[in-house]
Amino acid sequence: MNWSSWLLWGFLATIVLTTISAGAQGLGLTRMNFPYVLGSMLTPGRDRAKLYGFWMHLAAGLVFSLVYVWIFQSLGEAGWWRGSVIGICHGIVVLVVIMSLLPGLHPRMASEQHGPEAHNLLEPPGFLALHYGVQTPVAILLSHAVFGAILGAFYRLV
Amino acid sequence: MVPKIQDYAVIGDCRAAALVSRYGSLDWLCWPRFDSVAIFSALLDPDKGGHWSLAPTSPCRFERRYIQNTNVLETSFLCDSGQAVLTDLMPVASGQFKRSAMMADHELVRSLVCTEREIEIQIEFRPRAAYGEGPIQLRDHGKLGLRFESGGGVYWLRCNRPLHVESDRVRDTIILKRGETLDFSLSYSEESPAVLPALGERVRAAIDRSVEWWQQWTARSNYQGPYREMVTRSALALKLLAYAPSGAITAAATTSLPERIGDSLNWDYRYCWLRDASLTIRALLGLGYMDEAESFLTWLLHATRLTQPELRVMYDVFGGMAPRERELDFLAGYFGSRPVRTGNGARHQLQLDIYGEVIEATAQYANFQGCLDRATQKVLIGLGKHVARHWDSPDEGIWEPRGGRENHTHSRLMCWTGLDRLLALCDKGILDGAPREQFLKERERIHGQIETHAWNEKVQSYVSTLDGEGVDATLLRIPWYGFEAADSERMKLTYRRICEQLGTRDGLLYRYARKPAEGAFGICGFWAVEFLALGGGTLREAHRLFARLLSYGNDVGLFSEEIDPATGDALGNFPQAFTHVGLISAALTLEEKERGEPHPAEETGADTKAVGREARV
Repeated sequence: MNWSSWLLWGFLATIVLTTISAGAQGLGLTRMNFPYVLGSMLTPGRDRAKLYGFWMHLAAGLVFSLVYVWIFQSLGEAGWWRGSVIGICHGIVVLVVIMSLLPGLHPRMASEQHGPEAHNLLEPPGFLALHYGVQTPVAILLSHAVFGAILGAFYRLV
Repeated sequence: MVPKIQDYAVIGDCRAAALVSRYGSLDWLCWPRFDSVAIFSALLDPDKGGHWSLAPTSPCRFERRYIQNTNVLETSFLCDSGQAVLTDLMPVASGQFKRSAMMADHELVRSLVCTEREIEIQIEFRPRAAYGEGPIQLRDHGKLGLRFESGGGVYWLRCNRPLHVESDRVRDTIILKRGETLDFSLSYSEESPAVLPALGERVRAAIDRSVEWWQQWTARSNYQGPYREMVTRSALALKLLAYAPSGAITAAATTSLPERIGDSLNWDYRYCWLRDASLTIRALLGLGYMDEAESFLTWLLHATRLTQPELRVMYDVFGGMAPRERELDFLAGYFGSRPVRTGNGARHQLQLDIYGEVIEATAQYANFQGCLDRATQKVLIGLGKHVARHWDSPDEGIWEPRGGRENHTHSRLMCWTGLDRLLALCDKGILDGAPREQFLKERERIHGQIETHAWNEKVQSYVSTLDGEGVDATLLRIPWYGFEAADSERMKLTYRRICEQLGTRDGLLYRYARKPAEGAFGICGFWAVEFLALGGGTLREAHRLFARLLSYGNDVGLFSEEIDPATGDALGNFPQAFTHVGLISAALTLEEKERGEPHPAEETGADTKAVGREARV
């Protein structure tokens, strides 16, 4: 395990993922602001939630990149396409599993069953996060594929 | 019943606005900004435009009012079977509240309460995409509400009762008994997850919070004169049209309400015109709204940054160029007034008056503050140099005719005003490094040209264009800017000619002579009030005219751009900031003169000799 290589490329890959997500939002590909999803778990204020969420997203990126690195170490090799495949799998898990669990996990998110209440006002993502725009799955898969590709291409096993 | 312009009232949240008719129909809404695409535009085409009506099924009488000192609208349905009150608003809240609670990015609340016996209400919610060009697809998400997407954003409609939903609309009839409510929340977000507003007590809280917010804002006004109610309503309209994130003030909330019914004089006014600058600052400073004045001035200087020292006629709320003009052929237009336009073709015009407007606005602010930062001084000097080089050019002028350029007296007057104010700021030590001698020389040249070529001996009046014969209402502004005293012989003769050529029986004024005539121009009447108050007549005459003009506002005190002198109907875009700042300025001038206080031009101007000078006739 090459800790310094993980820290450097895990950090940079997360920054690129965040940038692609924000770019996709700016270009109208998706409405989803994932840092806001994360930050609004801690605070209701929109601006502060986005700031907190940015740091949470960065930390989560580093944690997830550890899993990528663990897989590279287990396989004995990295490479951009291996990273991309892991990234797409990661994206699918986010879309199919995490998004469907989110209304139950997020303290401020409404659910389809109960509707919005006084403290649960955030729109739930729906299947494949389609409530956040029909191209949201594309944006998520693309950004995670790039995340994985960067880690795979630049991470050094030793 | 098809509502007329004056049948509408406006609600807004300092980001976007909606028009609600006296019959309970919401017929105009653009989100997220004033100049965004409309999802309700029945105002411009009752069939294709989309609307959201809540109306009794039985014949009834309608009464409406704004809750005192707010932009929260209440419409009462008074039927034989019962009565109900509809409250319409776009919720607003303090920054502190927004930091501590979740609020939808953009929300519109409609809350109907049955106050007497029972009442049957017909609901029709029919949004249309892109000004009505296409249908929308409504999806029912159960307890979350109804959802549809349009223009990249997501809309959620929530109601405290189950509704009958069709694919592109909600159509239902509901009976409300005394004490029962029908609450709606329509929200819009371009970012997900959107905040979905809760209903029930939260609606009541949102209404209370908004009422308190508007009332606290209104309480900051220091106007103590006799026209407090109308001045307050105008200030509220101005605040509503201000775009909070940038400080810009849009000219009106609508596009293509016609200046002549059935004709093609239909323009998009959802942008920010620099020609309104000095009057807007005058209104805000005069009422004591320093924050708003500073915000507007900051926007003014920031928005123009990329083009300085050249200025454009209009900008969007963030200082971008107003969009290219486009005709929406699929809309029938207000009472058949076609075409409906978005964007504005006047964006490339040359209007030299706006330089004087921006300089005068900044000078007024500087006189309040007593100083200007270095960057603003640099901007002013750049504008002054531009004026000194270009004042002698023909331009399209303040009224934006599309027939070519001429040498407009008003443009010369404003160039004179700009240089005069810069010289005054130099004299007061507020402006450093200006080429004083150049400004002085050019100011005197403009002065000489106006006195020689803008005065027509034959018609015994100042005239609209150099060496011309026609008059227009901007000539009444000559004393306002301190160029010549209102009680000078020349100005009195000019006023007489303007009244003869442009006046109507009831004290209204056309802006210029035009055949066939459009409506009388709202602000021009208020200019006449100020002219009389400044010495062109007596204060009594000015008060009398002012009171007469106030009667042309609609039942909730709102003015459009123009008024049909024959019927009193409102014409042009609505509500119109230009008319409302004119109203406020006239009320302030009346108040100043009653108290014997100086007019702003007497404080901001350098050429004090001009005020009180008897012109040569």
